[in-house]
Amino acid sequence: MAEMSVELVAVERRLWSGTATFVVAQTMEGEIGIMPGHERVLGQLVEGGVVSITTTDGEHVSAAVHGGFLSVTADSVSVLAESAELGEEIDVAAARTALSQGDEDEQARAGARLRAAGHSAA
Amino acid sequence: MGAQLRELRARIKATKSIGKITKAMELIATSRIAKAQARVEAARPYSEEITNVLQELATGASNLDNPLLTERDNPRRAAVLVVTSDKGLCGGYNANVLRATEELLSLLREQGKEPTVYVIGGKGLNYYRFRGREVANSWTGFSDQPHYVNAAEAGTELVNLFLAGADDDGEGAGSDGVLGVDELHIVYTEFRSMLTQTPIARRVAPLQVEYIGEEAGSDQASRALPPTYDFEPNPEELLGALLPKYINTRIFAALLESAASELAARRTAMKAASDNANELVDTLTREANQARQAQITQEISEIVGGANALAAAGSEE
Repeated sequence: MAEMSVELVAVERRLWSGTATFVVAQTMEGEIGIMPGHERVLGQLVEGGVVSITTTDGEHVSAAVHGGFLSVTADSVSVLAESAELGEEIDVAAARTALSQGDEDEQARAGARLRAAGHSAA
Repeated sequence: MGAQLRELRARIKATKSIGKITKAMELIATSRIAKAQARVEAARPYSEEITNVLQELATGASNLDNPLLTERDNPRRAAVLVVTSDKGLCGGYNANVLRATEELLSLLREQGKEPTVYVIGGKGLNYYRFRGREVANSWTGFSDQPHYVNAAEAGTELVNLFLAGADDDGEGAGSDGVLGVDELHIVYTEFRSMLTQTPIARRVAPLQVEYIGEEAGSDQASRALPPTYDFEPNPEELLGALLPKYINTRIFAALLESAASELAARRTAMKAASDNANELVDTLTREANQARQAQITQEISEIVGGANALAAAGSEE
């Protein structure tokens, strides 16, 4: 099966890297699904977006990504983010509090964190 | 004599406790350097990736007239961001950065540019305040453990200031009414090794895009399929969004390097201080022993003298 190398890099550290078969992200122009052999793309990701990765082992990795960019070549995908959190590391309770109390920007981020953690942001 | 001995003992005690403190600070700094270096390493993938993306973008974009990339015809004002530490006790660390800053400032003045100073770190702020010099803005409280938000805060303000300077004429603010700057500089300390840290002054804006040399260019042209990217949104807009982040990344990298340098400088300074304290304790102990011995000798001779005098007085009777 075709695969591509995926890097999820935040400013302060590398969050995740490995091989994957499918990546979904939201750019400024809409949602984009990337499979191996994709056309080269450089895109700006939306604020408070979620990137989800299907690894070659069939596992799902999702992350809340804020202020990021996406760079795609035929056999690699790099997601650059000002800040990003993996779904499993997200503090759901804290995100819920931020969602109900924070300002607009914070709410968008909290929504993304909840979605990445597999909860509904409603 | 007794007074001298007591004095020496008090000094030994004081020096020992100073030595303990400096030793503790040395150990703390040592353990934090490893962490600081790890953070420098951890931040590297992002800066490498963003540089790659930027290079691709620079080759892909049809025009590169983003204000952050364009040299201003007649630069009049320059902002200088100085990265210092919040706490002292780190040897020449702050003095070196501030000296490099002074050199940069006088160079800028020679070139007819008016520098404005922005400071990160309490020590730098005190330096300028004490001298009654104006500091446009300052950020403190994170010098040994900087986070990206700290860099972004400073970076965003400086980039906005720079962009506001685009329409300024020689004397006053341009149409936007904000007096901006035409150049951004940063002075920080580069971490060379545990023992060497060098202050460095860099210009961050306008940015110099490093074009791939002609060799690489011709190589690219000869390839069957030149890499063309699809841009979302269009390249110019993307460049506009990416460049400020790139500058923030550069500032963040500078903060991380400075943090590692600060800790290394502190470790070296504290090691020297501990060594000096130990040496001083040795010398003082020796002096104290001599004084004690002298006191004993004197007491004995006084007793012997006293006894002799009594014996002599007895025999005369």
